Amino acid sequence: MPNILSVITFLPLVGALVVLGLRLTSRPDDRPVVERTSKWIALWTTLATFALSIWLCVVFDRNAPGFQFVERYEWFSGAQYYLGVDGVSVLFVLLTAFLLPLCILASWTSIKERVIDYMIAFLVLETLVIGVFTALDLFLFYIFFEGGLVPMFLIIGIWGGKNRIYAAYKFFLYTLLGSVLMLAAMLYMAYTAGTTSIPELMKFHFDPMTQQLLWIGFFASFAVKMPMWPVHTWLPDAHVEAPTAGSVILAGILLKLGGYGFLRFNLPMFPQASELFAPFVFTLSVIAIVYTSLVAFRQTDIKKLIAYSSVAHMGFVTMGIFAGNALGIQGAIFQMLSHGVISGALFLCVGVIYDRMHTREIAFYGGLTSRMPIYAATFLLFTMANVGLPGTSGFIGEITTMTGVYNVSTWAAIVSASGVIFSAVYALTLYRRVMFGELTNPQLANISDMDWREMAVFAPLVIGTLALGVYPNFVFDFTTASVDALVATYQAAIAG
Amino acid sequence: MSSETLVTVLVFAPLVGAAIAGLFGRRIGDKPSMAITTGLLFLACALAWVNFYNHTWGHQAKFLVELFPFIQIGDFKSAWSIRVDALSSVMLIVVTTVSALVHLYSWGYMAEDPAKPRFFAYLSLFTFAMLALVTANDFMQLFFGWEGVGLASYLLIGFWYQKASASGAAIKAFVVNRVGDFGFALGIMTVFWMFHTIRFDELFPLIPTMAGKTWAFGNWTFSALDLAGFLLFIGAMGKSAQFFLHTWLPDAMEGPTPVSALIHAATMVTAGVYMVCLLSPIYEAAPVASQIVAVIGAITALFAATVGLAQNDIKRVIAYSTCSQLGYMFFAAGIGAYQAAMFHLFTHAFFKALLFLGAGSVIHGMHHEQDMRKMGGLAKYMVLTFAMMTVGTIAITGLGFPGHGFQFGFAGFYSKDAILEAAFAAGAHSEVGKFAFFIGLFAAILTAYYSWRLVFMTFFGTPKWDHAEAHGHAHDAHADDHASAAQFESHTEPGAEHEHAVDHDHKPHESPWVMLIPLFVLSAGAIVAGFFFAPYFIGEKQAEFWGGAIFNAASNHLLHEMHEVPTWVRWAPLVGSVGGLLVAAWFYLLHEGLAKRMADRGGPLHSFFYNKWYFDELYDFVFVRGARFLGDLFWKGGDQKLIDGLGPNGFAAASIAAAKRLVRIQTGYVYHYAFVMLLGVAGLLTFVIANWHG
Repeated sequence: MPNILSVITFLPLVGALVVLGLRLTSRPDDRPVVERTSKWIALWTTLATFALSIWLCVVFDRNAPGFQFVERYEWFSGAQYYLGVDGVSVLFVLLTAFLLPLCILASWTSIKERVIDYMIAFLVLETLVIGVFTALDLFLFYIFFEGGLVPMFLIIGIWGGKNRIYAAYKFFLYTLLGSVLMLAAMLYMAYTAGTTSIPELMKFHFDPMTQQLLWIGFFASFAVKMPMWPVHTWLPDAHVEAPTAGSVILAGILLKLGGYGFLRFNLPMFPQASELFAPFVFTLSVIAIVYTSLVAFRQTDIKKLIAYSSVAHMGFVTMGIFAGNALGIQGAIFQMLSHGVISGALFLCVGVIYDRMHTREIAFYGGLTSRMPIYAATFLLFTMANVGLPGTSGFIGEITTMTGVYNVSTWAAIVSASGVIFSAVYALTLYRRVMFGELTNPQLANISDMDWREMAVFAPLVIGTLALGVYPNFVFDFTTASVDALVATYQAAIAG
Repeated sequence: MSSETLVTVLVFAPLVGAAIAGLFGRRIGDKPSMAITTGLLFLACALAWVNFYNHTWGHQAKFLVELFPFIQIGDFKSAWSIRVDALSSVMLIVVTTVSALVHLYSWGYMAEDPAKPRFFAYLSLFTFAMLALVTANDFMQLFFGWEGVGLASYLLIGFWYQKASASGAAIKAFVVNRVGDFGFALGIMTVFWMFHTIRFDELFPLIPTMAGKTWAFGNWTFSALDLAGFLLFIGAMGKSAQFFLHTWLPDAMEGPTPVSALIHAATMVTAGVYMVCLLSPIYEAAPVASQIVAVIGAITALFAATVGLAQNDIKRVIAYSTCSQLGYMFFAAGIGAYQAAMFHLFTHAFFKALLFLGAGSVIHGMHHEQDMRKMGGLAKYMVLTFAMMTVGTIAITGLGFPGHGFQFGFAGFYSKDAILEAAFAAGAHSEVGKFAFFIGLFAAILTAYYSWRLVFMTFFGTPKWDHAEAHGHAHDAHADDHASAAQFESHTEPGAEHEHAVDHDHKPHESPWVMLIPLFVLSAGAIVAGFFFAPYFIGEKQAEFWGGAIFNAASNHLLHEMHEVPTWVRWAPLVGSVGGLLVAAWFYLLHEGLAKRMADRGGPLHSFFYNKWYFDELYDFVFVRGARFLGDLFWKGGDQKLIDGLGPNGFAAASIAAAKRLVRIQTGYVYHYAFVMLLGVAGLLTFVIANWHG
């Protein structure tokens, strides 16, 4: 199929336009029918996108390090419509397309207000996020990258909880601050190098001083996205206010844009600066791991706890990337994909009980195991995955990033390894307080276990977590060639 | 069946059982779940013995089955595999034998529990993880098994999840083990960056080339092998409950007793010892790390024995006894007598599982009473349990005749004496050896005392459960135990509670046959395992038996020297053991009540031992409260005050004044902001592109 990347990228947008058209042409009293139809359109569109992205992975040549399925057209004034995927980005396309149908399904009954708009927002978001991973032109990347903020902002602001305005404001403020610096860096690069093509910029040599400034520009934006300590405080608020599916997308995909950005821009384009700033990144990463794990331990809101745990897990990613060796980078990519599945699943787990009880207070719950055995098993699996138990995907990312860093900065590896202790403390304490003990709250007496729709949402996540945990080469088969090439260039650059 | 197929079936049989009972247990019912898991475990056990027979008498060479790749990044290569050599063959029979017997025993012990499929699924899952651990050929699979058994342990300690103490103990076990795993993971990293491989078969031959290699960080430089050995040992300390990281093991007794026998006595907790023996090529080249192993082992042997003296909960006494015996194994390995450590691991599995299952039989017969102060005089009521507990006690205290021409004793006699003799022999070259020998000898006296104390308090003396007050007590405890399980799931099995409502006869009773048969088998093991296997593990056939699975440096002649120690060294453990027995008899048989009066009067030493050297209090103060304090500080001080205060909220406060003037466009709807932002971005881009000269 020619232009398969364009098809995958814009198929959700087409779905969104169809839903929008339906909405504009329908009469007000047809609203319930249109709402139902829009859900089905959204589900089938995202499923089709997923099917296409699986096919993309199947036909992808895993032994080639460069970009594949390249589409390149002159756009205007030198900027290009330039798409392509390598072994790294193709998996993020797959992850995005994998999570979106689950988000639609998870929202099937829990979203009751403005259902049509909600579906449109998710479909637009999917196009923009996939676009980030397929774009190979600086400006195209920027449009997708910043554009993705808007639907996310709306999802929090419209379908969010009580404090949604504050959360959306914080989210907006942090992200805006980062992106202004990134835009400035991009403009400077485009003028200096005379091209906006990302593959060509990867080959361009900026002088060390320029590298440092540009590195900081990109870092500001991606660090907020990750988020890294100390610019992480928007995340817990955004998660708490976002609807369940919004949290899934936020933790599962949007956080990965930062890590992807580091891999696509900072490391290959500014290798000397990356090496120079690596100790700084390690420091922030290990602070994130220890600090946010301890903060997570003290949370009283389930979602906030998981949000803080996400920050800690992203610490492994930033650390692994700037280790600059194959273990660190492959581990970081794996950790991002794995966290996408696990954190998505954990937020869905919260959604299951939130849909029933409309509270996320840990103290409200307790003893659910006796009433919800299937839920208990599911939640336990993802708790253990979050803790990084071997056999689940969570383990692979942590051990490989730590091993990668150990050779570069033994201190960082030691401190980050203590994170595996802290994660066990907060995650198991949460599980204990929600699931174990006597079921004493009378409001919980009739709480029901997961139904078929919910199990259908979780089944692919369960399979994904275990399959990646037992056979991580699913991922490494794709990433090895690209990462080896990246590491070779990086090591050559910092040696020379 | 080829040997490869045989071990593959053997390793995966428990996993199949766990999956069937775990996923479909509620659909297929209790009995089928129990029958499938138990049946598969007996199959695995039979295959393990076939494999052991082939290895020991059939001249089966060691071999490796590689199933499929696990993690593969550059040199960091791991594969799911089954490594069969002398070490793993021994562990396979230990694990599957005890596990099969515990499965069978649980038919009786868990008969009234409403969640039987879940219990049997966990037991089988544990067994699979343990088999994966012992057959690993690289560090990643070892770590998988290592944490997998930790998961099963967590699930089984917290099996009665309604009890707060059980779920608390489960978390404690997991977290303390994670502290060990923290060191273990760092040890693996050190090994990887030294050798650029994590496979045992590639790594061991490289060790001689690494003798002088150092690892530097900060201002320190370490011998890399010592560093690796030490870090890996931290993992072993966690898993095997050694001093500093031992606090989880006594609490783990919250789990059902068959779990304590399988996981917290015979198999999982010995994984640390197994790992040190497996990595003997590293430890033989890492003298400092080995000395640390020996010292920590010796301290644990003594420490746990002292705590065991003062405990009144029958399971806790045995738990501390386990801790102490593991200490023996570690100091044996630390001084270089790995074969003796493995031998003690092997015999200990039989007699300690026997003691735990015997204790379970007592608890079952006493209607879930665990306090020995409320027992007494049970020998009459449970003759068989009493007889077999006595066998276990003789075995653990090492009673036997250590003559030159003629030796005989129960299992522990051979293995514990071997350890002490090896320690004495090592003492000729090192202070650590002397230290370990004398500590070990002293701990043997304590072992005899607390082990016989348990037997005397439980089976002899006046019954303390017979009068009305005690009766009420026992009844309460009993009711509690069942209420917790029955309250919510009574719909599953209403019979259990009903049966006890009418059963007011609280006389102790002997356990059913399904529980006694495993005790018989283990008793047989506790009697003959030492006598029969000593020549293979530590005697004249050891070199052929181990076949290179355990490495001894050229300068390490302990295995010969231990057979040439002076006569008094051979007799000393027996004298100590009999001494301990006599003191226990004096306190608990001849002057019953004296010990209680002394304990009631207190005394600093008794409180110190009774309160387990105050480790729990210390750790709670430093770590638990410390974590809470820091967590609150970072959250409320760091995130809320500092970061948000200076960041977004400060920004908001500063802009309020300005915003007031702009109030007309402040409509308050966020999506208007979003729209404006989009316009802004579009405008900026348009400007840039319009001015483009490229």
